[in-house]
Amino acid sequence: MLHINNLKVELEEEKKAILNGVNLNIKAGEVHAIMGPNGSGKSTLSYVLSGKEGYSVTDGTVSLEGQDILSLESYERAALGVFLAFQYPVEIPGVGNMTFLRTALNSQRKSKGEKELSSADFLKLVRAKAKDLKIDAEMLKRPVNVGFSGGEKKRNEILQMAMLEPKMCILDETDSGLDVDAMRLVSEGVNALRSKERSFLVITHYQRLLDHIVPDFVHIMADGRIIKTGNAELALEVENNGYSELLAEYN
Amino acid sequence: MAKDDVTNNKITSFALPEESNWALDVRSKALEWIDQNGLPNGREEYWKYTNPNSFNSTRKPVKNEIDPSDTKPIFNDIDCIKLVFIDGLLNIDQSDGLINAGLEIEPITEANGNENHWSKHCFGAIEEASQKVVSKTLASLNTAFAVQGLTIRITDKVSKPISIVYYHTDEISEALIHHVVKIEKNAEATILESGGISSRSNCVMELLLEENATLNHIRVQGRSHEREAITYIFSDLERCSSLRSFTLTVNGKLTRNEYIVNIKGEDAKAHVGGAIVGDKGFAHDDTVFITHGAPNCESRQVFKKVLKNGAKGVFQGKILVKEGAQKTNGYQISQGLMLDDDSNFLAKPELEIYADDVICSHGSTCGEIDPTALFYLTSRGISKTEAQDMLVLAFLNEAIDEIISEEIKLIISKRLTDWMVKRHTS
Repeated sequence: MLHINNLKVELEEEKKAILNGVNLNIKAGEVHAIMGPNGSGKSTLSYVLSGKEGYSVTDGTVSLEGQDILSLESYERAALGVFLAFQYPVEIPGVGNMTFLRTALNSQRKSKGEKELSSADFLKLVRAKAKDLKIDAEMLKRPVNVGFSGGEKKRNEILQMAMLEPKMCILDETDSGLDVDAMRLVSEGVNALRSKERSFLVITHYQRLLDHIVPDFVHIMADGRIIKTGNAELALEVENNGYSELLAEYN
Repeated sequence: MAKDDVTNNKITSFALPEESNWALDVRSKALEWIDQNGLPNGREEYWKYTNPNSFNSTRKPVKNEIDPSDTKPIFNDIDCIKLVFIDGLLNIDQSDGLINAGLEIEPITEANGNENHWSKHCFGAIEEASQKVVSKTLASLNTAFAVQGLTIRITDKVSKPISIVYYHTDEISEALIHHVVKIEKNAEATILESGGISSRSNCVMELLLEENATLNHIRVQGRSHEREAITYIFSDLERCSSLRSFTLTVNGKLTRNEYIVNIKGEDAKAHVGGAIVGDKGFAHDDTVFITHGAPNCESRQVFKKVLKNGAKGVFQGKILVKEGAQKTNGYQISQGLMLDDDSNFLAKPELEIYADDVICSHGSTCGEIDPTALFYLTSRGISKTEAQDMLVLAFLNEAIDEIISEEIKLIISKRLTDWMVKRHTS
């Protein structure tokens, strides 16, 4: 599904290197988790994969199902199936959540050569998906993320994911700012989307999210590289011992 | 050219109506005021950011290419009482009946000829009263010479909107239009204005809102690129009355919209707002002066301007709270959204307060499209152009939200979206 090969990235303006040769291979249906201390480049990786401006790729390649995506704009990547669940979902006053969801869905359908969804079909779909995530109608009517609580914002991210049905889902610290119940709800939403055709890259600081979304692989990231790869056990190890041991090993 | 010459040239290019009636006195007085004060020039503080020369000019206006998309009136699908002006001239044949339940509409010259006409207390009078602080001789010019326009008297709650539609067919037409509107005690009306009036136009609307009267005014100005327009809304608000006025302007070489609101009675409300989109050689100026002369009143000014390709947007807004106008609630916001580095947004917010128990706030910002919001939208598969349009519309929505009618709000948003899409494809 996703091949990242020796990816090196620096901040466009400051010319500061953030990623120093990331290698990662995610097969269809797999769930990979990336853990790592603050400033290790986890969020940057998620932004670069989804096409945020402000970063320059100095080396390496990234392909989705064999197609290079680094040369594509973020909306083109989305149409191919890349989805980023934001760590901090953006509040957009003046744009209704429904309008946003519908425009996004229809944009993607159009670029795939599919027919746009009618208002009625869209409404039916969004209501059903929202119900699963316990998102009430009132929340759908409000402007995008405006006045949403931390939990509501994250649920709204998962709703978008459920509506857009991407192939490659990147979750950037989806557990941050969530209480236990909200984390369970969000995780259930994610798990419901797990399938043989869909892959996940879950970025997190803490192991507890991985109790709910059980990964096939866990990678430890430090200094812009993946320094260790293991299974779910590795996450527990980090939880118990912290990163220092691993970092010492690496250095 | 010296100021006096400019003024003389302009006023001698018009003639006062020949009929001797009460209005002739009003018109002569307005002419005298222009004689004393002269037409404005760019050196005056009041005209610091916008050059008034072309409004003073006696040259023929520049040829306007009329946008075909402008010829279908925006409010056509609303059930309303339609009044049609073609190149600044009232066209009775295309207009609906002037007499309807709860309202009386007459051409201004007919009203002028009626010695006992109700508009006698308003025509030129509301305008004149507002001249004391800053002289507005272009409005006086209109009062003196305008023979086109309507007197509208609302005596009851009128459910159908009154839609004044301007068609612009002559590429170099010039128009002076003067409307006088009185909303009587407890009466209510919606007045819509839409379309390109002429290549160059000077429009005055005098409004009197009596006790507990309500007026919703929504205006969509014509969008031909070479158009030059100056408009004035002079309004007197009596006790418990409510005025809401919203204007949408997209393009036009030069537009100056002035709002002079005089709140005279307690518990009255005045909301004025505008959504403006400007491209290329566009200059747009909103100048607002709201006077709170009574306690417990509320005023809001919400103006949003989207500018690109060297367009200029100006906002001059003032709230004057007179002594004794306690518990005033005044709010003012003007914001510029710059789509490039070449455009200008100039704002002069002013508060002048002589009462000690009031809430007055003003804010003015100027910024660009939020790149984080843009990324959020595009990361969901929305193209950059469409995402940008969504954010532009979102920015303008705060002003559009000042309109009460959901139906009209939708029409305005839809027209804006259509224009933006058309701009990308043309």
